[in-house]
Amino acid sequence: METVWTRKDLLSLYDLSADEIIFLLDTAEEFKKVSERNVKKVPALRGKTVVNFFVEPSTRTRVSFELAEQRLSADIINVQASTSSLKKGETLLDTIKNLEALQVDLFVMRHASPGAQYFIAENTKCGVVNAGDGAHSHPTQALLDLFTIREKKGHIDGLKVTILGDILHSRVARSNIWGLLKLGAEVTVAGPPTLVPREFESIGVKVCHNLKDAVRDADVVNVLRIQHERLNASFFPSDSEYASFYGIKPGILDYMKPDTIIMHPGPINRDVEISSAVADGSRSVILEQVTNGLAVRMAVLFLVAGCVKK
Amino acid sequence: MIEGINNFILRNARVIDPFTGEDSVRDIGVMDGVLVNPEGVLNPLEIDLKGLVAAPGFIDIHVHLRQPGKTEAETIATGTMAAAAGGFTGIVPMPNTSPACDNASTIEYLRRHTAVDGVVRVYPCGTLTKNYAGEEMAPIGSLKNAGVMALSDDGRCVQNHDLMRHIVEYAKQFELPILDHCEENYLKGSGYVHEGKWSVLLGMTGIPSASEALMVARDIMLAKLVDWKIHIQHISAKDSVELVRRARKEGIKISAEATPHHIALTDEYIKRYDTNYKMNPPLRSEEDRLAIIEALADDTITVIATDHAPHTQTSKLVEFDQAPFGIIGLETALPVTLTELYHAGVLSLPQLISKFTVGPAEVLGLRNHSLALGNPADITIFDPDFEYVIDKKQFYSKSRNTPFAGMTVKGKVRGTMVCGRLVYDDLAEQRMA
Repeated sequence: METVWTRKDLLSLYDLSADEIIFLLDTAEEFKKVSERNVKKVPALRGKTVVNFFVEPSTRTRVSFELAEQRLSADIINVQASTSSLKKGETLLDTIKNLEALQVDLFVMRHASPGAQYFIAENTKCGVVNAGDGAHSHPTQALLDLFTIREKKGHIDGLKVTILGDILHSRVARSNIWGLLKLGAEVTVAGPPTLVPREFESIGVKVCHNLKDAVRDADVVNVLRIQHERLNASFFPSDSEYASFYGIKPGILDYMKPDTIIMHPGPINRDVEISSAVADGSRSVILEQVTNGLAVRMAVLFLVAGCVKK
Repeated sequence: MIEGINNFILRNARVIDPFTGEDSVRDIGVMDGVLVNPEGVLNPLEIDLKGLVAAPGFIDIHVHLRQPGKTEAETIATGTMAAAAGGFTGIVPMPNTSPACDNASTIEYLRRHTAVDGVVRVYPCGTLTKNYAGEEMAPIGSLKNAGVMALSDDGRCVQNHDLMRHIVEYAKQFELPILDHCEENYLKGSGYVHEGKWSVLLGMTGIPSASEALMVARDIMLAKLVDWKIHIQHISAKDSVELVRRARKEGIKISAEATPHHIALTDEYIKRYDTNYKMNPPLRSEEDRLAIIEALADDTITVIATDHAPHTQTSKLVEFDQAPFGIIGLETALPVTLTELYHAGVLSLPQLISKFTVGPAEVLGLRNHSLALGNPADITIFDPDFEYVIDKKQFYSKSRNTPFAGMTVKGKVRGTMVCGRLVYDDLAEQRMA
């Protein structure tokens, strides 16, 4: 494959062309084969140091990145906000500059402030991979979703994809929307009006507040987690009312096409946004998303590391 | 500053005085700090202002000097010098200092230090409430005796409508105008950018226009109820503008100011994550921006004020949502508004000058501010056509937090005279032998 990748950072799918996204997905396919081998490790990042810098709690994304780094033979440093000097009053930029002085190569960074990784990427020669910035962007999650959709459906162009739930606070939704639009899918965002802003219509996304209408023609339904930690005000009356109006449960499957796949970025609130029967059922690709996440993150780290010039 | 020279003849100036309606080319005489007939000036320094405009001194009724309390960002000395360089002969520093200007002693501190360090006139402003906390009325009578010319809780908004009503009533007896930062706190929530397309796409927490418009409507109701002057600070939303337009038609004592950044910029710029685009009220949509420009043209908005808000580089070089609100504006206000309003064909020069002179003077109740003979010689001199690129390294302000660095503008301040003293002087080439 001839490379079309020239970026030292992966910050948002908004910044990428369709060619760049497809190149990332194709590269991930190669790395997926690595994890299916007996010996699951390649020397691609040997001698490189990756800092997993998480200023906001994360388990699955951090573990997925860490395993991807191990399988690429990178040296790894894990920094978490609770144990870092940010607690002592050091600015984020100073913390990054100090780590950079240790000759590290890449930052995999999660932060609660939208755009924080853009701010850091502009101020460091190291590569920056965004592992989630507030409600803004989570590009590797969107890439693994695109990878899974392409694997299941054979293509993305022309598909109808519905993203359901708390769109307002969701970096997963914002990243998926840009990736899907760039690759030619039709996107609908759905959920209660308090969590689904109309402004998404301005970029060609359909907005829908009725669950049955939202899923009727969909090829893919991506169910988002109700993020209790971000819902600091009253957006809907109760989990049970949410489940009854917007929860994906067996009865709703009857309104979908027979080959619609159900996705969820995890962690799931069972029987709130998705019932156990659906999450564990035959249409669910939730665990395959997790497997594909590893391949996608290996591809991203490999390509980005190749563009860091120091 | 030229020590000891107080007498001038400013020759061939295009004199634009919106107080009198004058727009003519003539000589201006200045003797002992007062405007006089040029023929009677003794030992004058003669300056040829051919091609330049001379106007009554500009007044900025919305400035943060940061002294006392935050002198690493600005001081009375640097802030008033920045004002002079921006063409302002008078400013109103907001009282949200530390300690706040909510008592006579702090006002006396301000007056004592401006007497020594101040380059331009400083019109003191007191708070509406103690420590601008919005809970108890400030000692407004004592503040008046200490010399304040207006009252404001800028940075915050009194949420209790009954308390606000009593403040307006109480301030009226002292003829003190209320300058109000309009913001309803529940709707604002933890927002830090305009709620609209860009906040939604970027995942940033928005402040809806309704947060401002709701309090503008409240102030209109109170101005009508009490029959006293309330001035809406840094108006940013189309809905607010329409409320003010209707109220002024009804004769309610409401006025409003717009900032150069709300005239020139929109919320689309926040996608750069540059904290020099973060201020409160936030940059709003193009529709809001156009509504503000229309309201300047039809005199719904009578004042341009900068909301000059200095912050250190350290405090601004952080994650966007964690940065403080505010940008500096004194040294860019005239070039930016000349470019965006005069050269864009929205306002004539007399109309634009009026927003910096007649409008603010009406809010403060200032008299004798025209260029009529016998008035103090407060004069702003500028070249309306000089084109240049804004270089923030040249600023006199102690801070550099501006979104206008690198912008090409047309119009430059050349001289600022306060009471017959040329406190900012870029007129060396205009000196006559």
